[in-house]
Amino acid sequence: MGVVLVFLAVLAAFAGWWLSRQRLTAKPWLEVGVIGEAPEPSSPTTAKLGLGTFLVVAGSLFALLVSAYAMRMGMPDWRALPMPAVLWFSTGLLMLASLALHMAVIAARCDELGHLRSSLLAAGMCSLAFLTAQMLAWRELAAAGYFAAANPASAFFYLVTAIHGAHMLGGLVALARTSARAFAAPRDIAATAMGELTVGVELCAIYWHFLLLVWLVLFSLLMRWTDDLVAICRGLLS
Amino acid sequence: MVDVTHGAAGPLSAAEVEDVELYHPKSWITTYVFSQDAKIIAIQYSTVALSIGLVALVLSWLMRLQLGFPGVFSFIDPDRYYQFITMHGMIMVIYLLTALFLGGFGNYLIPLMLGARDMVFPYVNMLSFWIYFLAVLVLVAGFFLPGGPTGAGWTLYPPQAILANTPGQQWGIIVMLVSLILFIIGFTMGGLNYVVTVLQGRTRGMTLMRMPLTIWGIFTATVMALLAFPALFVGAVMMLLDRLIGTSFFMPAIVTMGERLAHKGGSPILFQHLFWFFGHPEVYIVALPAFGIVSDLISTHARKNIFGYRMMVWALVAIGALSFVVWAHHMYVSGMHPAFGFFFATTTLIIAIPTAIKVYNWVLTLWRGDIHFTVPMLFALGFIVTFVNGGLTGLFLGNVVVDVPLSDTMFVVAHFHMVMGVAPIMVIFGAIYHWYPKVSGRMLDDTLGKLHFWVTFLGAYLIFFPMHYIGLMGVPRRYHEIGAMAFIPPSVATLNAFISVVALTVGAAQLVFLFNLVWSLRHGREAGGNPWHATTLEWQTPQTPPPHGNWGKSLPVVYRWAYDYSVPGAVQDFLPQNQPPVPRGA
Repeated sequence: MGVVLVFLAVLAAFAGWWLSRQRLTAKPWLEVGVIGEAPEPSSPTTAKLGLGTFLVVAGSLFALLVSAYAMRMGMPDWRALPMPAVLWFSTGLLMLASLALHMAVIAARCDELGHLRSSLLAAGMCSLAFLTAQMLAWRELAAAGYFAAANPASAFFYLVTAIHGAHMLGGLVALARTSARAFAAPRDIAATAMGELTVGVELCAIYWHFLLLVWLVLFSLLMRWTDDLVAICRGLLS
Repeated sequence: MVDVTHGAAGPLSAAEVEDVELYHPKSWITTYVFSQDAKIIAIQYSTVALSIGLVALVLSWLMRLQLGFPGVFSFIDPDRYYQFITMHGMIMVIYLLTALFLGGFGNYLIPLMLGARDMVFPYVNMLSFWIYFLAVLVLVAGFFLPGGPTGAGWTLYPPQAILANTPGQQWGIIVMLVSLILFIIGFTMGGLNYVVTVLQGRTRGMTLMRMPLTIWGIFTATVMALLAFPALFVGAVMMLLDRLIGTSFFMPAIVTMGERLAHKGGSPILFQHLFWFFGHPEVYIVALPAFGIVSDLISTHARKNIFGYRMMVWALVAIGALSFVVWAHHMYVSGMHPAFGFFFATTTLIIAIPTAIKVYNWVLTLWRGDIHFTVPMLFALGFIVTFVNGGLTGLFLGNVVVDVPLSDTMFVVAHFHMVMGVAPIMVIFGAIYHWYPKVSGRMLDDTLGKLHFWVTFLGAYLIFFPMHYIGLMGVPRRYHEIGAMAFIPPSVATLNAFISVVALTVGAAQLVFLFNLVWSLRHGREAGGNPWHATTLEWQTPQTPPPHGNWGKSLPVVYRWAYDYSVPGAVQDFLPQNQPPVPRGA
């Protein structure tokens, strides 16, 4: 559980920094009158804050999965899995998808609807290709006799890739809706509508960067590059 | 007092506050059934939670019948007894307490107390309730499936949870895990709303340090729940896979009835870590909203400002943070490294410090206050003593050397029922008596309320105090029948029968409460807008019950903190949060 404690320590540091800026040492019983401006409820910040909070929840989920994986790896009967080479390919695809969404954000901010549409399309295609590549990795492992129930390592491999894939599927629904709005938009789109579209594209981009980050962590764990680091985290609590 | 208004010297006119566009329901269905209004969602959450809680109450009667009068009720066989235990625990902790505090009180109070029109994501909020409702239906389905609900205990420890011969191994455990997964998804949707609304939905002037402690409690608990529930999610998914497709996350190689099972290489301890990483914060997810609410009840009904507001806020945050590093104190007897146990015993005992700060502050708020013994106040006072009692036995159990002999005895059962059963329930009752007039426009009946309080409060002590003694004798928990064991004196059987009779009486008192809830809806005394003369914003709405949108034409502006009671020189003994200060020089 060392990994999840590290994750929580990072969150706690951030929360502490944020709280330190909230006048928690104020003496409200001595102050009357209006302090500060009200936050605007319908602003893009709200949507981003909502997504950010969700990412913290999803981050906690993945940190716990990694923790469980690390704890199981530490037991003496652990047998590592031969990793399918196609995982490299899927990693590349996910990077491309993330990059395409970054381009989409730039295009949306510059009001270039054509570029926006092509970037969103590219991101969607890369993401679908990523999921296909993950399926291929599953098939390759299954063909080699490593089914989900074969041993703990393969069970964990299927579990973490499936949960990551499920998060991507959810993201694809949002991406599809945003893309539909981008493709339905007229050439002379109004500034407010473009603003809303930009927020949607930004949210997708943030989510995809998060998925990429999580995948890189999972990938390095599956490829056993981080064994030493995991051993240190495990050592924190024993 | 210092006037901290920037810019304009006079009080702000309400029209200066920017308004937001609101979702408007068009039909009866979207107004009352698939509603996106947080207040309706709150009532839906509360109704479902109280209804399923009633089922759990009946299950506890059945358990007590068996424990008090073993062998008399032949239909309570060991399998059924385990099923009752499991469902009682799971329903009370998750589907009643968590759902009612966060889904019920959270939804009702967050927008109203912060001066918002609604939650920031109303559609997601609606989905949250319906997924919760689905989770409850799936849970209840367990009673009707072949083999019945799971009897694995509320902790669902593997390997026994999914082994044959555990009741409900066929379908019960599957629906239980699916229901938990649904609950967590639903809760996450609601939780996002509560957090973002507190951060973004506050009205002008409502700084974080002016929020009522109720909101601080619900906010901190929600953040904790959002971080802790994923652990249960991961554990439930992994166990579901172990049960359904034969993976071995938690299942070690097992020989049962001379036969080797297909599982091999799983780690049951891994589940315990995941479960308690959720399970311990869960105690505080239930306790922190109770802490917050009780602070407001005490301050309002003692007509005195809360003592040490800042310290109360810091203590809430500190308890929330600390509760994530104590989970293994539930696992002292799992064969862990002694140094590991020492670390967790230390963190566990440290939590007593912020908790004690809160208790002292409640008592100091009461000190020389103008205490009104209203029903909400009685329940609040009942909470304080019960929480202190339950908390003190927690200090015993937090120490490894004391815990090892007491582990798995009735002492533990008595401890956690006091501290996270009776204590939060006291607050829930107090809160319902306090806010019912706002929700319905009518007061609950006072005489019935006092009867309900005294029977519940005294009864709880008559039930759980003897249970500590039974535990100290070494009587184990989770036993269908103790039988004749040399170390258990006959007086234990007498005590058990006594406890059962009291438990049934306390159970009957809850029916009085239910009757009061329904009867007062039509026959209760008209409450008016602010029957308790409280300062917080929910009591200042233009209409009671507050309509869709809460605030009429313009949002309230907050000029002061939530605890201006008995301010010297003021005309009334309370100053509402939205009452402007007297202009300088006037």
